[in-house]
Amino acid sequence: MFALKILFKNAFRHKLRTTLTVLGITIAILAFGMLRTVVGAWYAGVEASSATRLITRNAVSLVFFLPIAYKEQIRQVPGVTAVGYSDWFGGVYIDEKNFFPSFATEARTAMEMFPEFLVPDDQKKAFFRERKGAVVGRKTAERFGWKLGDTVTLKGTIFPGNWDFVIRGIYRGAQKSTDETQFFFHWDYLNESLKKTAPNRADRVGWFLVGVKSPDAAADVSVAIDRLFKNSLAETVTETEKAFQLSFISMTEAIVVVIRLVSYIVIVIIMAVMANTMAMTVRERIGEYAVMKTLGFGAWHIGGLIFGESLVIAAIGSAFGIGLTFPAAKAFGDSLSQYFPVFNVARSTIYMDMAAGLAVAVVAALFPVWRAVRIRIADGLRRIG
Amino acid sequence: MADNRPIIVEIRNVFKSYRRGSQVVPVLDDITFDIPEGEFLALMGPSGSGKSTLLNLIAGIDKADSGAIKVGGVDITTLSETDLAAWRATNVGFIFQFYNLMPVLTAFENVELPLLLTGLSRRQRREHAETALAAVNLSDRVDHYPSQLSGGQQQRVAIARAVVTDPTILVADEPTGDLDRRSAEEILDLMERLVHEVGKTIIMVTHDPRAAGKAHIIKHLEKGVLNNHVRSQDPL
Ligand SMILES: Nc1ncnc2c1ncn2[C@@H]1O[C@H](COP(=O)(O)OP(=O)(O)O)[C@@H](O)[C@H]1O
Ligand SMILES: [Mg+2]
Repeated sequence: MFALKILFKNAFRHKLRTTLTVLGITIAILAFGMLRTVVGAWYAGVEASSATRLITRNAVSLVFFLPIAYKEQIRQVPGVTAVGYSDWFGGVYIDEKNFFPSFATEARTAMEMFPEFLVPDDQKKAFFRERKGAVVGRKTAERFGWKLGDTVTLKGTIFPGNWDFVIRGIYRGAQKSTDETQFFFHWDYLNESLKKTAPNRADRVGWFLVGVKSPDAAADVSVAIDRLFKNSLAETVTETEKAFQLSFISMTEAIVVVIRLVSYIVIVIIMAVMANTMAMTVRERIGEYAVMKTLGFGAWHIGGLIFGESLVIAAIGSAFGIGLTFPAAKAFGDSLSQYFPVFNVARSTIYMDMAAGLAVAVVAALFPVWRAVRIRIADGLRRIG
Repeated sequence: MADNRPIIVEIRNVFKSYRRGSQVVPVLDDITFDIPEGEFLALMGPSGSGKSTLLNLIAGIDKADSGAIKVGGVDITTLSETDLAAWRATNVGFIFQFYNLMPVLTAFENVELPLLLTGLSRRQRREHAETALAAVNLSDRVDHYPSQLSGGQQQRVAIARAVVTDPTILVADEPTGDLDRRSAEEILDLMERLVHEVGKTIIMVTHDPRAAGKAHIIKHLEKGVLNNHVRSQDPL
């Protein structure tokens, strides 16, 4: 009780200094949390990917296609449970800046293979029945105010022309990490149109989605599929969805590394600021600590008071910082949802915030404690007398 | 004063020097004397003569280079840092020139502070602190912070803090050095009463002849040597 009172009162003796330090820690923890959330958002696709889904694409590059005829051959490979296929549609709604990912896909298989996309059964049925039907993520639907039954026109960037769709389903993510911005429609709709307008582009897919019965089977199945098409006109590369997603991110890996680094630098800087505050504070109070030692208080008492004070300041700053991270992440995520479809403050980020706050408190107190504990009483008293 | 009182402080051949760079500065040079229980002793001498140093050695907050210092039968020169701290907590009451109260604690809490190191219950601590504050006539100021008290009142709180653990000896380094005449008078009266009425032993460093006049014995320290004993006949 007594100790708590002393360290709380001590913490607020220099109101301005403490306020500024608390503010500094608040900003540092907020920045740290936001940067880590950005990194998390970067990997959200990877997190959400399943280890029992494989992606078979053209060995040359993603921009090359595969013949739809591969489907049956892939289906024959032992260990394969389902084969779907998709095309990147790259549709634009009114304006380029209204970006969201859009795919033409073989709907029945896709729905089975992506259980994390939650679509009510009646909507699913309506979607299957409707040739121009589309399913869209909750976030994108809310963003443009789309309701079930609405007709939506997208401009094709890869497949020229205006494409009409009827919204038949709105999906929610089963997890927080599920991307709720995607837009799907029937691959057949795209293909039938292509047969009329650009027959040489018809009957091709961007990639096959291959379901395997267990994650252990993934490696063998991948090898088997790729062997099937070796020396054919379109050789394939099959990898897990995770690896597929990571190959996207690896292009931007350097940025992620820099963001991580900056997040730690922010903490190191605030450690220095806080250490300076504590050093000043303890220097001013060295006489008081000498008096306490005179009265018989030991290193543990005095060290405890200084550590405690440092902890109080860091805890208040961290609490504010953590508290602000949520609204800040929401605002940030909302305004950049086209780049970061999933922008959530992970629980692990909060733990990291707390650990960072604790580290700041401990590091800042180390030297002052050492000084206060080591100083000889007679010298300490001399400073006041 | 009769001489059959037991000896409470025994100082034998104490030497103390400070190192200033490569130079060794002798401060106390072969100090030997006794203090009987219930004594009110004043240490006088010019500034820099080593008064505070000697007081600190007796109070166990500094270490002698050689010699023995026994307080209440314990040779404190042999104690470890930790044991010495525990010894101080129960055996020495401190009164400083600048009071040295904790500014964030009330008068009451300042007095209670040294009791935290004892095994007393909360209630016992409260009772002891109240008694000590009543003894210095500050019962009506218990919830005041040091900054809300006058110098004289702060020093009275400091005295209450010094006596609350019922220590073997009280040490005071220029206790009136920062006070006006009236407050100084009050403090000295209080200390005198502690000696006469409660039988405390007080060792006081002072410049002030008026303060020294209250003491039973005045010892003069000059360049680290104790050179004359003067028994004051009468307070000035
Ligand atoms: N920690 C120290 N380091 C170096 N010299 C000191 C230290 N403490 C005291 N001295 C020196 O020892 C001498 C005696 O000091 P002190 O006991 O404070 O004298 P007094 O209290 O009689 O004025 C002085 O010359 C002082 O400068
Ligand atoms: Mg002195």
